[in-house]
Amino acid sequence: MTPRARTVDPATRSEAVSLEASAAPGPSADHPVGLAAEGVSLGYDGRRIIDDLSLRLPAGRITAIVGPNACGKSTLLRGLARLHPLEGGRVTLDGQDVGRMPRRELARRLGVLPQSSVAPDGVRVADLVGRGRYPHQGWFGRHSSGDDRAVAEALEATGMAELADRPIDELSGGQRQRVWIAMVLAQQPEVMLLDEPTTYLDLAHQLELLDLLTALNRERGTTIVMVLHELNLAARYADHLVVMSGGRVVAEGEPARVLDRDTVHGAFGLSAEVIDDPVSGGPLIVPIGRFHSAPPVTGRNAGSESVAS
Amino acid sequence: MTAVGVRPGRADASTGVELLHEVRRRRRRRGLAVVLVVAALGLVVALVAASLGAAAVSPDRVLAVLLGQGEKVERFVVLELRLPRIVAALVVGWAFGLAGSVFQAVLRNPLASPDILGISSGASLGAVWAMLGLGLAGIWVTGFAFAGGLLVAVIIWAVAWRQGLHGIRFVLVGVGLAYVCGSTVSWLLARGDVRQAQQALHWTVGSVADVRGDDLAGLLLGVAAMSLVVALASRLLTVLALGDDHAASLGARAHGGRVVLLAAAVGLVAVAAAISGPIAFVALIAPAIARRLVGSGGAALLASAVVGGVLTLSADVVGQFAIPGLMAPVGIVTGLIGAPYLLWLLARTERTRA
Repeated sequence: MTPRARTVDPATRSEAVSLEASAAPGPSADHPVGLAAEGVSLGYDGRRIIDDLSLRLPAGRITAIVGPNACGKSTLLRGLARLHPLEGGRVTLDGQDVGRMPRRELARRLGVLPQSSVAPDGVRVADLVGRGRYPHQGWFGRHSSGDDRAVAEALEATGMAELADRPIDELSGGQRQRVWIAMVLAQQPEVMLLDEPTTYLDLAHQLELLDLLTALNRERGTTIVMVLHELNLAARYADHLVVMSGGRVVAEGEPARVLDRDTVHGAFGLSAEVIDDPVSGGPLIVPIGRFHSAPPVTGRNAGSESVAS
Repeated sequence: MTAVGVRPGRADASTGVELLHEVRRRRRRRGLAVVLVVAALGLVVALVAASLGAAAVSPDRVLAVLLGQGEKVERFVVLELRLPRIVAALVVGWAFGLAGSVFQAVLRNPLASPDILGISSGASLGAVWAMLGLGLAGIWVTGFAFAGGLLVAVIIWAVAWRQGLHGIRFVLVGVGLAYVCGSTVSWLLARGDVRQAQQALHWTVGSVADVRGDDLAGLLLGVAAMSLVVALASRLLTVLALGDDHAASLGARAHGGRVVLLAAAVGLVAVAAAISGPIAFVALIAPAIARRLVGSGGAALLASAVVGGVLTLSADVVGQFAIPGLMAPVGIVTGLIGAPYLLWLLARTERTRA
């Protein structure tokens, strides 16, 4: 398969969009809405960052939220997770107002991996993952057999079972991040919200982590919503892509439909070619900077340029 | 090992659970062993403390006295003179150790212990003011000690809260307040015409030398009550130690829980400081030793309390008998142990930050 430039012809493009749109009318039909923001406003110290934003996150799928720095994507995720107070609107989970849910019930249904997680010095893998059972346990926190099964499964799923008795500080960055994911997994939530789970990981570990999340999604049906920095990984791994800019959602849908030159330029202010990913067949963004653009090799362009100068 | 993918399957799950049980058993056994060994050590030190002194009573005679036998003189020396001091050292140390481990776990900082933060000094100030300034006694002294400790905690909270309780800033605020409280105690002692050097030392560096049997009931009751509160809220500590975001997303009432735990810890410090004054560094080092011994990454609450008690008693014995003819109050000895640790901790903090 060779990379070719994606649709340039505006006519065929809009046709393709409308066709697909009628075939898959958003997240309502076969993918019921799990988590949704309804007219949500969020801010810090009186400064509005997100104003009246509405968003539906399809249940049972992987949603990636992308956008330039300071576009409000992490703030939105914190608002969805009830980690940041809403200044307006509401967040719903299966139609229920998240803000009115008892905190333990919410914690059993919605798992969150915040951006930076620091474990206490010397804490062991099994212990940390076991703390994910907090919302399921009674007053004295005794581990029931159900708790143990959930923790063992989470360790197994993340490949951490062999390291269960190791202190977290002795693990690599990628392993550590998997331990945190195992902790959220032990929570057994329907929906997992992750804020830049791949930060500080090298590319191989980024892929490993996203593969793990995909496996969880496919085999358990866990809804995954994550803020991602890396646009191409988001395009590859997300079923549903949300592009944010300036506190607003500027595009939303299947990555192949959402990502084009205009969207990338509009949201990130970045010139790019969007080609077919030779591996996945999805969209691949090839950014264009000031330097390192190869001179046109063939054709009239090269010729006319030299004539003009 | 890098198994990516969800592998269910009965066999896997049950071996996984067994592995988990094994790991947990190992941790629990280690924690229990630490507590038992340290407690046994404490008994030995207590026996030594009860037999040493101007009138030596051999350890077997001490045991006899404790079993209800012994001569009248022996009974008086051991039960009336020495036992109150021993029990006070153990219980005060327990309180400081437990309070220290709660503070350090809730605030997620090994430096953030009530002695460094000036909570102990605030409590001492409250106690001294109640006694010398207002002429109060008994439970009122403890009440004022609690108010003093709480006031320092609230001031730190108010000054440093907006920057977050992480990092060094709120520790520095606490260190400053500790100085203010310490100086005020000295001023009150000077103004109150406290002639006895021993008593002045008691309130500035901490001592259990002049604890009487009558003081013990209140101390024991207060420490037991506050320890119970901490024990009941200890489950919360396991998630608070992960930070506010994690605690909240695990369904914990992070803010309220922190207030309850810290208030109980301030209560522990207040009850103890009202009896002994601010014994330096016990709250700082006892949890550090306990955590190192237990090695589970948890707050090691019970171990911190036990280590605190044994450490304080040992320091008191060393202060009394290590250098013949020189009686140093317990706070001087713990200060000598604690200062190097504090320096090491500060050096390490700087290095990890760089």
